[in-house]
Amino acid sequence: MIEGRAVLIPGDDVDTDVMYPGAYLNIGDPEQMKQYLFEGYDPSLRKELEAGDAVIVVGENFGIGSSREHPPLAMKAWGVRFVLGKSFARIFHRNCINLGLPIVACREAAAAVSHGSRVGFDPDSGEVEVDGTRFRVEPVQPLVRELTEAGGLVPWVREREGVR
Amino acid sequence: MVRCDVVMANDVSGPVAFRALERMGVDRVFDPAKVVMVADHFMPAKDARSAALQKRLKEWSDAQGVTFYGQGRGGIEHTLLAEEGWIVPGTVVAGGDSHTCTYGALGAFGTGLGSTDIAACLALGAFWQRVPGTIQIDLEGTKRPFVTGKDVILAAIGELGVGGGTNTVLEFGGNGAAELSIDERLAVSNMAVEAGAETGLFPADETTARYLEGRVDAPWAAERTDPDAEVLRRLRIDLSSLPPLVALPHLPGNVVPVDEARGRKVDQVYIGNCANGTMTDLRQTAEILRGRSVHPDCRAIVVPATQRIYREALREGLLDAFVAAGAIVSTPTCGACFGGHMGVLGAGETAVTTTNRNFKGRMGSQEAGVHLANAYVAAAAAVAGEIVHPTEVLEGTPG
Repeated sequence: MIEGRAVLIPGDDVDTDVMYPGAYLNIGDPEQMKQYLFEGYDPSLRKELEAGDAVIVVGENFGIGSSREHPPLAMKAWGVRFVLGKSFARIFHRNCINLGLPIVACREAAAAVSHGSRVGFDPDSGEVEVDGTRFRVEPVQPLVRELTEAGGLVPWVREREGVR
Repeated sequence: MVRCDVVMANDVSGPVAFRALERMGVDRVFDPAKVVMVADHFMPAKDARSAALQKRLKEWSDAQGVTFYGQGRGGIEHTLLAEEGWIVPGTVVAGGDSHTCTYGALGAFGTGLGSTDIAACLALGAFWQRVPGTIQIDLEGTKRPFVTGKDVILAAIGELGVGGGTNTVLEFGGNGAAELSIDERLAVSNMAVEAGAETGLFPADETTARYLEGRVDAPWAAERTDPDAEVLRRLRIDLSSLPPLVALPHLPGNVVPVDEARGRKVDQVYIGNCANGTMTDLRQTAEILRGRSVHPDCRAIVVPATQRIYREALREGLLDAFVAAGAIVSTPTCGACFGGHMGVLGAGETAVTTTNRNFKGRMGSQEAGVHLANAYVAAAAAVAGEIVHPTEVLEGTPG
């Protein structure tokens, strides 16, 4: 079980521009990127991530827009445990999977979360726990599960390819 | 896994992908002939950090023996790749940029991916993908004056919403689709991702064949959807009653007819980007700007999408008309469209642009507002200093 403290990002259709404005896209180091996470949404949210135990909890269609990997890279740099949401935009969703940042879509669970809730995710049983209440998550495709178990697309490719 | 025929990245997504590729333990790309890199986002270099990214992109490309389009040699990636003949109907294009869906205009499955996905594409020539559903969009009738491909896709996004196309492909058909030029189809497909879709497909037809002649050597066959293919949803857009549209701040789905946005004061107009920086857009802009002046309280920036378009517009005298009107003409670049550089917005400012995103802070200040519209509407706003129907400017006295 991956566990943490809920940091709630209210609203639907939150885009990657407010999560990480374009002006900072020429930054390559995740430790620097994390200083701009949520810069266009609510910079004070970064304070909430400092303890390194955050579970980011979001609404519908989270992560629309750009294919930039800076938002999930910055989340990882803050030690975000996983992302729980009602639904996700496609590229953001796959970026999280590829980077080994667990991401779970479950409307009921996301709706049950308040700011500061204890939230857990058990990838084996496919369950999310919110303040002691359990929710079933729809099973993911086998390949997505494989990627998650490998820790992302980089280790997955490394394991298959080795050094050529 | 889906095999890709072309893998593309830029000065923002490329260097991040190269690091992931190294961590994968892979030192050679799967096939250098299928890989293309384009410096376009912070091009020309905005600062030392951006210069380093472009240097990295070029050095990596040279070392791998892949095609590199740098400063003065290319332009905005999606317009460029279509123009240069990289896009062949029926192929798969993986791009490290969300607007890779543009290639659907030529009947290719172009789709936007993040840098780690691109790294895997560079290593394996493939990406993981679930078979998407289809939303069929039938375009019927003939467009009215001052209505363009931009309005077609804004109408679709207005109907679907910014999440309505998630896990689907938008497929455009009907007699209205056949009548759209390639430039207009590129504008339509470009914004499929703004509805959440993976790409926006047009069937390759005679218009496509004419466009590809002299650009593409590879043989290709037009793929057609089976008449009994399963569709999740069917949408019909009547082009004969479609007015010019505007997407109001701060979502591409906030779409209203131009008349409902009328009178909004405009500080800057930006005509360009990977959606609408084509010759078609520049000619439309010139129809409005030629012999007129940009309003004294408004600034206008015109960005031809590629070096070829830049030269063609130069030869046609379009650039002269823009500069004479008081607009500035920029080198091809993604520039201010993504808030990078070259004309970003200040606090409290309002813009009308032919770009594809109007999220909060997208083009600079978090306190600026962006309206998305076609080139006629954008150019008319530049002249009027406020949002108007293009006919209002054309019927006025040229000044």
